[in-house]
Amino acid sequence: MSDAAATADRAAGQRAAYVHIPFCHRRCPYCDFAVVDLSEQRASIERYVDALIAEIAMEPPWQPLHAVNLGGGTPSILHPADVQRVLDALKARFGFEPGAEISIEANPEDWTDEHAAALRSTGLNRVSLGVQSFDAEVLVALGRAHDPGMGIGAVAASRTAGFDNVNIDLILGTPGESQRSWQETVATAVGLGPDHISAYALTVELGTVLSRQVSAGAPAPLEDDLADKYETLGGSLPARLSHYEVSNWAAPGRECRYNLTTWAQGEYAAFGLGAHGHRSGVRRRNVRRLDVYLETVEDGRRPEAGSEILSSWDREKERVFLGLRRRCGVRGGAVADVLVTSEAGSRFLEAGVIRMEGERLIVARPLLTDAVAREVLALEERPGR
Amino acid sequence: MSDQARIRNFSIIAHIDHGKSTLADRLLEFTGAVAERDMREQLLDTMDIERERGITIKANAVRLDYRAADGNTYILNLIDTPGHVDFSYEVSRSLDACEGALLLVDAAQGVEAQTLANAYLAIENGLEIIPVVNKIDLPSAEPERVSAELLGVVGGSPEDVIQVSAKSGSGIEELLEAIVHRLPPPEGAADAPLRAMVFDSYYDTYRGVICSIRIVDGAIDSGEALRFMATALDDAADEIGVLRPAATPVTRLATGEVGYLISGVKEIDLIRVGDTVTDVDNPASGALAGYQEPKPMVFSGLFPTDGDDFERLREALDKLRLNDSSLVYQPETSRALGFGFRCGFLGLLHMEIVRERLEREYDLDLVATAPSVEYVAHLTDGSTAQIRSPQDLPDTRLLADISEPFVKVMIITPSEYVGTVMELIQQRRGEMGEMTYLTPERVELHYQVPLAEIVFDFFDQLKSRTRGYASMDYEPGEYRRSDLVRVNILLNGVPVDAFSSIVHKERSYRYGRAMVERLRKLIPRQLFDVPVQAAVGSRIIARETIKAQRKDVTAKCYGGDITRKRKLLERQKEGKRRMKMVGQVEVPQEAFISALRIDE
Ligand SMILES: Nc1nc2c(ncn2[C@@H]2O[C@H](COP(=O)(O)OP(=O)(O)OP(=O)(O)O)[C@@H](O)[C@H]2O)c(=O)[nH]1
Ligand SMILES: [Mg+2]
Repeated sequence: MSDAAATADRAAGQRAAYVHIPFCHRRCPYCDFAVVDLSEQRASIERYVDALIAEIAMEPPWQPLHAVNLGGGTPSILHPADVQRVLDALKARFGFEPGAEISIEANPEDWTDEHAAALRSTGLNRVSLGVQSFDAEVLVALGRAHDPGMGIGAVAASRTAGFDNVNIDLILGTPGESQRSWQETVATAVGLGPDHISAYALTVELGTVLSRQVSAGAPAPLEDDLADKYETLGGSLPARLSHYEVSNWAAPGRECRYNLTTWAQGEYAAFGLGAHGHRSGVRRRNVRRLDVYLETVEDGRRPEAGSEILSSWDREKERVFLGLRRRCGVRGGAVADVLVTSEAGSRFLEAGVIRMEGERLIVARPLLTDAVAREVLALEERPGR
Repeated sequence: MSDQARIRNFSIIAHIDHGKSTLADRLLEFTGAVAERDMREQLLDTMDIERERGITIKANAVRLDYRAADGNTYILNLIDTPGHVDFSYEVSRSLDACEGALLLVDAAQGVEAQTLANAYLAIENGLEIIPVVNKIDLPSAEPERVSAELLGVVGGSPEDVIQVSAKSGSGIEELLEAIVHRLPPPEGAADAPLRAMVFDSYYDTYRGVICSIRIVDGAIDSGEALRFMATALDDAADEIGVLRPAATPVTRLATGEVGYLISGVKEIDLIRVGDTVTDVDNPASGALAGYQEPKPMVFSGLFPTDGDDFERLREALDKLRLNDSSLVYQPETSRALGFGFRCGFLGLLHMEIVRERLEREYDLDLVATAPSVEYVAHLTDGSTAQIRSPQDLPDTRLLADISEPFVKVMIITPSEYVGTVMELIQQRRGEMGEMTYLTPERVELHYQVPLAEIVFDFFDQLKSRTRGYASMDYEPGEYRRSDLVRVNILLNGVPVDAFSSIVHKERSYRYGRAMVERLRKLIPRQLFDVPVQAAVGSRIIARETIKAQRKDVTAKCYGGDITRKRKLLERQKEGKRRMKMVGQVEVPQEAFISALRIDE
């Protein structure tokens, strides 16, 4: 087994934590996460952080964490003191493994030299910058508040502050984005020497502003355009950044540990509004309304909205569909066996979409991962196994 | 006891929408058959589909009692008939149960194609015709001109024409008097053995088959032992009665009367429209002349979109046929669409109605293949084969040539549009026949046209090119050899039977091109490039390629929300279950349906 596969699979046994910071200056037109518009809710940030700390304290103790992710919303709008309180609470509750990845998602416009430095000193050691593009028009189309200069500045600020694990988040295929614009965005990103690049194709999620615009006739992202840009990206990145998941590239040892946990069907505690956790084989989700979240936690109760326990067959299917996002694929097993002998599976094999590499099942055409995942999830357990 | 001399049996016949059913309303009202509070427009059109479309589909008989000016009460049996050409079979059967006909013409429209066609039917049947000009209340009415046109068809003098408004009710009494005095009473022999004509049948879930009958000779008494002569089925008259319009049982139906008969038979196949009913104990020596089975004109495959519904579709067709003997069907298998039925219809309207009723009354979701006419293939070995589906056409090597049905088309148009109509006919491979001036402004044109050229949009074209003024009627004609080919559509090299079509050679390229372009747009991209080809024999006449799919993956896992991602994928997969596999290609049901929509 390769090193990459070993690292990826090991994440299944490691523990992580996710903390959701729902606040945003405003909602982006393509976003459908649990988000609270800050212009309406400024007063609640401090109260929210208090609630987070209370929620963390309610979580049963666990083994030390190897990854923590502050996601959002926009966690970078938090005051460093608040970040410190959250990290301290996590550390007090679970402890951190030596060299644990402590990561935050940040918007370039918040990421000044001072702010980056202050946050670095809270113990954060990885930053994921929501740069999205280095083309001013594309950023406007995406409804982002920053300009290309701020994106470049944010990377520099991270380095100055001492972050040695910097991710640049990009969105490809925004309607109106030319191939050339995308090439320049990629070249600029590469030139900044990031440790990690995530590139997501713009997706029209139901219920978003973007989806309403598209329904009303605005141009939708086009399949060929997205695929061309994806290929451009893959062909432009230096060898140092290796492709380890459909949309992620990393320098050696800089693969995002929190995400590796998710894809390995590993377990993570989750805190905050609408957050999703996975512990002891149970997937839980928190309430999505801020007032309900605050009141429940302040009342000393866990803000759980629901949970799910899967049968062993369904769990195995989940392991496969998640793991197939990784370029190293998944170890074979009952589900993989059924897949490769199914009608759909043989079509995938024939069309070169999947292949077996020794023990491992691999998606060879990563842009068709969902097509494979759909079939995996529809597989029926064979009687007599 | 009814007195045969005081019975009048008549049909109301006319071109579509000239007001037959509305006139029936007035007659029902005037004679007190329906209480005022129960009156509604086109009362006899009881089917939902008739009411929604505002047309009559099935003929309806109703009995009225009329106290005439001479002080006597007469029994009037009225049959309201449909006007649409697809249902002319209903008209001819209705006429067979009558001695007279009211030939109605809209005072604003004048004589139209079905006016003529139906008038000829009535004349051939030896019926006494009362010409009636309707809608004289309309501001655009031209009763004098229209009346002259009408007399040109049926002969007679201007005072023979009765002018009415079925809307306002004016002229109704005069019309009733004319019915009583101008139409002859039924002739049959009261003392002869029973002979009753089954001129229609209905199916009632509780009561079984209900026959509409006309007593030609003798009489039926309730409870009497009866024999259906064609099927040699013996049964008792459980109930006999008349429609007023509500079913009203009677103890006896005498010579010349029209009524219904319920014998308790549940199997519709045992009862044939056109059969003769006689008395088991005193049978008639010979049956009455029956009817010629209506010939289906267009054929189409009906397939349930959900393959599991095949049996339900069969049951629904069986039930529908109980009320519509003109519907024919037999099982058909399509590689693309699965199991279904090849159905024969009287025309496109009939097809549309059957399909709509199946979907609505039986809650089915159906795909219909492109309608086709019945071809005759002449094989090289000298034999012939009936071709109701393009799939049935033998291999080109075995095929000498193909004949197609022509129809005799009659068009009536204002003379200014003659040129336009001729142009249209030429485009449709038609051949000019006679041309007669009904009046200096109106022309009756006769043509021979391939049925395949008129079943689709011919009527719409005719209407739009003549600003709605022309009308048409057609009847079956002869078969003629034509230069026809079958265009096959291949998906990744595999023929898709549902899309093959027999077309005239000159149209084959256009058809093939249109089909492959349409399919390229409708079929989602697959894991590999998929060629879509149109072929005549082994010759490819058009080709498009569905490019291989390149992207089917979405962004990250929603911040750890695996459940949501999984459910989304599962839902998407559910949506794909309605895909049909054609060879290695997944085709959504929707693509078949859209591609089969006739919109050219
Ligand atoms: N103004 C006016 N309208 C009429 C008269 N008679 C019928 N109509 C209208 O003409 C339309 C067609 O009437 P129907 O009675 O349905 O015609 P029909 O001949 O039974 O039609 P089909 O059964 O489809 O052949 C309806 O909108 C009637 O209201 C009339 O005397 N005057
Ligand atoms: Mg009618």
